Amino acid sequence: MEDKFILGGKEFNSRFILGSGKYNINLIKAAVEQGGAEIITLALRRANTQDSENILDYIPKGVTLLPNTSGARNAEEAVRIARLSRAMGCGDFVKVEIMRDAKYLFPDNQETIKATEILAKEGFVVLPYMNPDLNVARDLQNAGAAAVMPLAAPIGSNKGLATKAMIQVLIDEIDLPIIVDAGIGKPSQACEAMEMGAAAIMANTAIATAGNVPEMAEAFKLAIQAGRKAYLTGMGRVLARGGSASDPLTGFLR
Amino acid sequence: MNEENQVFFIDSDALSPEALERKHKLEQDPNFRTNHMEYMQGMEVIESDIKDLVLAAAEGYDYSNYTSADVMRALSNDTCSIEDFKALLSPAAAPFLEQMARKAEEITKNHFGNTVYIFTPLYIANYCQNYCVYCGFNCYNNIRRKKLSFEEIEHEMQVISKTGMEEILMLTGESRTYSDVKYIGEAVKIARKYFRNIGVEIYPVNVDEYKYLHECGVDYVTVFQETYNPDKYETLHLLGHKRVWPYRFDAQERALMGGMRGAGFSALLGLDDFRKDALATALHVHYINRRYPHAELSLSCPRLRPIVNNDKINPNDVGEKELCQILCAYRIFLPFVGITVSSRESAEFRNGITKICATKVSAGVSTGIGDHEEKYEGGCAEEADAGDEQFEINDSRSFENMYHDMEQGGLQPVLNDYIYV
Repeated sequence: MEDKFILGGKEFNSRFILGSGKYNINLIKAAVEQGGAEIITLALRRANTQDSENILDYIPKGVTLLPNTSGARNAEEAVRIARLSRAMGCGDFVKVEIMRDAKYLFPDNQETIKATEILAKEGFVVLPYMNPDLNVARDLQNAGAAAVMPLAAPIGSNKGLATKAMIQVLIDEIDLPIIVDAGIGKPSQACEAMEMGAAAIMANTAIATAGNVPEMAEAFKLAIQAGRKAYLTGMGRVLARGGSASDPLTGFLR
Repeated sequence: MNEENQVFFIDSDALSPEALERKHKLEQDPNFRTNHMEYMQGMEVIESDIKDLVLAAAEGYDYSNYTSADVMRALSNDTCSIEDFKALLSPAAAPFLEQMARKAEEITKNHFGNTVYIFTPLYIANYCQNYCVYCGFNCYNNIRRKKLSFEEIEHEMQVISKTGMEEILMLTGESRTYSDVKYIGEAVKIARKYFRNIGVEIYPVNVDEYKYLHECGVDYVTVFQETYNPDKYETLHLLGHKRVWPYRFDAQERALMGGMRGAGFSALLGLDDFRKDALATALHVHYINRRYPHAELSLSCPRLRPIVNNDKINPNDVGEKELCQILCAYRIFLPFVGITVSSRESAEFRNGITKICATKVSAGVSTGIGDHEEKYEGGCAEEADAGDEQFEINDSRSFENMYHDMEQGGLQPVLNDYIYV
């Protein structure tokens, strides 16, 4: 069975979105290849550099760039960075990241909705990074987002699915792909999010800080595939501790 | 009265008898000096309770009360409270340095990956109207003074930018007369042509002046408080606007009010009780973060260094182990802040500390004025034409060598992670 991941009208075979920050740029190619990633994020503030170490030169051809607006503190700045990204030839995809919190780097949901609306009208494929909240996700959908990217835990924390219940609500209620972003620390956590029905996983720190970056990228690939397959197959029944009670409560019924 | 500061006092033959007399009076007679807690004319007063919070915490900090049990608890906690931080700064934590380093390393990796930022400072003038006894630029020190013209600034920047460097920190001596805000602003506009990221380390100014500098292209403001102990501060900063302790303390807050993206903080370690100063510095950052959560904050950790005409100045009781302990404690308490380690430290120390917790190093450093061509390319600048240095640096690696050494150490050098919007 074909299982394509469709985002912004493009088809992808991989459901693994790889981050490009926090590790040596000369490892990017190997990580992309071994992880089978077809989308890679890119902080425009890192790309906005002179020739010596331009990260754009390290990204393999054929991979879709997902520039992000990190550094933006409000909608207006995010819109400016997105336009700059498009002007630099980074394509129409943009991950909206708006933070006014330097400690946890939590996204600002209100400003994110505003920026999403403006950019979607300008023809961008907008992927907003957000704090999982159902009402905000609906607003983002109405604003023209191509997917919603809820955080699993504070970025860089590797704490896993701390917001699991909220993400499940988004998966159940929102008609857009839900891409779990930030906080995923291990392949098993990526697998769990995919089993829940997430459309894709975005990971950076977990891979960047691993002993071997390309090997860990591959581990994530496999975990994401496993989780996806389990979700598509339909999970088996998982019994609560001790199994079912032997005396049925409804046994008295004739 | 001021015997402990005797090591700093150097007289110059170039001073007139009147100047010498005034200098000695400033050094010996506290009553001859102005009130260091009183704002001078033109200094803006802002509403802020952070000073009081920091002062109270530093005064009440008795680090001899902490035990190894407190340190172990601090190391096992997921988040580091102020009490935990105090334990990590205490002498009781010294035997746990390796564990602290391991924890700091993990936190740094989670927040910054294996990246390390490289920048360079550019001094554009060394005129100074203050008498800060430990500083090479102090107004009584007989050094070659210089203020770069705009043409010279542009030339220096061209030389630096040719190396590939993208972030610059512009510095001046503290003189509103010789290096006024307009002069600095114009210099920043030139820097915008050559660099992506511009910070300043200049005398503290008012909110509207920070706003002007921000519009010129500055986004980061660094101000060193030197020591957070006002009583000690008074005995070291004997003359000039820098003498006013509270105006300096509020500088970062005024800078953020003026629209700056970030601010840098530091005490000059070795001037006073370094544990109290380290506590106060980190708490200053902590409280600024609570009030300005969007601001990007960073810490530096300079130790005293020898200066022109006085090679006796040294970091006192702050050895490399103590410095490492402070930096690990900073990292554990403030996982999100940048930590800069300057060329005051040795190449070995900087190579090691960037693997644990430092996120930013300077390279190709000159603390003199107008000598980059000579230092970078050799030869042609007239030696006599350059201005003297603020202090002696230790690690003189060029940008290229630093880049290479950081890569060799398994780190990813980053020249710019910033966009001016």
